[in-house]
Amino acid sequence: MSTPDVPTRGPARPGPYIVAGVLLAIAILVPLFVPAYSMDKPRLGGMPFFYWYQMLWVPITAGMVGISYRLVTKEDRRRREAVRGARTEEREQ
Amino acid sequence: MSGLTVPLAATPDRPVNGIALTVVVVLFALVAVLGFFAARWRAGKETGLHSLDEWGLGGRGFGTWVTWFLLGGDLYTAYTFVAVPAAMWATGAVSGFFAVPYTIVLYPIVFLLMSRLWSVSHRHGFVTPADFVGGRYGSRALTVAVALTGIVATMPYIALQLVGIKAVLTVLGLGSAQNVLLTDLPLIIAFVVLAAYTYTSGLRAPALIAVVKDLLIYLAVIVAVIYLPLKFGGWDNIFGAAQTKLDAISPATGKPTGVFIPGAASYSAYWTLALGSAMALFMYPHSVTGVLATKSRNTIRKNAAVLPLYSLMLGFLALLGYAAISAGTKPIDLNGAVNPQLVVPQLFLDNFPAWFAGIALAAIAIGALVPAAIMSIAAANLFTRNIYRDLIRPDADPKQEAKVSKIASLVVKFGALIFVIGMDQSAAINMQLLGGIWILQTFPAIVAGLYTRWFHRWALFVGWAAGIIYGTVAAYNVVNPVTKANFGGSIAAIPGTNVQVYIAVVAFAINLIVAAVLSLVFRAMKLPDGKDITRNSDYGADENDPKVAELEREYPLGGTGRGIL
Repeated sequence: MSTPDVPTRGPARPGPYIVAGVLLAIAILVPLFVPAYSMDKPRLGGMPFFYWYQMLWVPITAGMVGISYRLVTKEDRRRREAVRGARTEEREQ
Repeated sequence: MSGLTVPLAATPDRPVNGIALTVVVVLFALVAVLGFFAARWRAGKETGLHSLDEWGLGGRGFGTWVTWFLLGGDLYTAYTFVAVPAAMWATGAVSGFFAVPYTIVLYPIVFLLMSRLWSVSHRHGFVTPADFVGGRYGSRALTVAVALTGIVATMPYIALQLVGIKAVLTVLGLGSAQNVLLTDLPLIIAFVVLAAYTYTSGLRAPALIAVVKDLLIYLAVIVAVIYLPLKFGGWDNIFGAAQTKLDAISPATGKPTGVFIPGAASYSAYWTLALGSAMALFMYPHSVTGVLATKSRNTIRKNAAVLPLYSLMLGFLALLGYAAISAGTKPIDLNGAVNPQLVVPQLFLDNFPAWFAGIALAAIAIGALVPAAIMSIAAANLFTRNIYRDLIRPDADPKQEAKVSKIASLVVKFGALIFVIGMDQSAAINMQLLGGIWILQTFPAIVAGLYTRWFHRWALFVGWAAGIIYGTVAAYNVVNPVTKANFGGSIAAIPGTNVQVYIAVVAFAINLIVAAVLSLVFRAMKLPDGKDITRNSDYGADENDPKVAELEREYPLGGTGRGIL
């Protein structure tokens, strides 16, 4: 390596990543499980279940990705501050 | 513009809708002005547009809002707007509505993968996915394979944007079945203008135009989704008409015309189409270009939470295909044949005042210009970085790179134009179908590389080749039941079974298995590993972390600095 591998982030706490991972896995797997929704009834405003159920999953997925975003960026910020704070102290000494 | 297009209007085939045409021409001209103006928008002070970072990635500074519009315009293309409702109109849910779960599961995948790619690319100044593969594996063969796959898969995609514009022009009454050149003149003019402002402004042009296009398309879809069901007796009636048509037995095949709600036999086709397409989309160079143009590591993640609004719109747009069934829309092409691609433009023209139809048609046509511009830029960047610089001129400076890329973007666009004018439209559609299968074969090299160096570079190369060969052969062997032509679709049985799935997914599985097995073999044989210039810390870097080029300056004793960029 030509330059030292300076860590950009401190060590991770697994909690937020596990929660986000579970949310994202649900958001990927559930919409792909076709037997759960390949039916006509119940209809919603004349729309068969097959169609409105899948459309419903668009905002649900968006919400899950949104929550994951909040969890992961918060942890990301903490990990960055962990290394950057340490580096600033080093320079000040 | 209007002086050039109006004389063509005197064709016997279709009446010209003067008001709608005027609205389209005015909006198109407005967008062209915006496209040229974009060169000055947030332009880099010292360098102008004389580097790939500036011309090809818009200065790598797009925030959440611009990215939302840019990626929205980039991923949800005019061809999508035309082809998805067309598929719904013609054969129903399995070939059309899978686009909804596809664009749902897309975003968790983007969330997981793309910020790592952003970080490593930010650190090393990577512009293309092949740049990353080159930096990670140090294998020229693998880099060129990824770059060529990207270029070849993108070309027909650009051509299909032209098919989208053509559908709009045909419905407006432009074009004639008698004179080929005259038919395509408006298309050629539109494309020359597009090529000119892409050349001048680079990625800033589609970013700015995307804002206008999206406002128009949201307006058109929201109005249509509220008004059309009211006009045709509610969704009940619309779905009733669709079910009647799709359940009817087709005389050509002796089977139902389409699928209203998939039965157990099509489950696997439905979900593999959705998953395979979602995994493939961000392997396309134009998607990666959109990601790398963002300002920070987390911009793309935030966008993964807000981009699904487009998926909702796409879902409703798909249902307009059913609305067209109940409206009795007749998509008759210039040669008198039924062309499903014309369904949505025709639906708007038949059921709305001319000025509003004009807005909707303009939204589709402009919607073709945005992705066509980004795709040509992305393909040009691949050519410049991974073929011109890697193979021909290793010492090319940023200015030369920008110059080569600008010219390559012109070549790519005219290639696509000739493709559409010179060949049958179905050739472009077949090629795009193949492109989707091919591009997924770059997934193992790119995505596995974001997390691990476990795979051996040559194993990835052989896996890629195996996936491409299987996918191409399997797609060729699909025969259209009506026309008996090859490349009849993208669904085939898993070899040795009756389970119908998306061909790309099987090809991907073969690719992955070959790559894994050969990695074990090659490691056992102690074949040389390529040089990896990335480090673990690169994959978590954000916009405030120094780029590698800056680190090199900071630690000059560490190395000579060569081999990094």
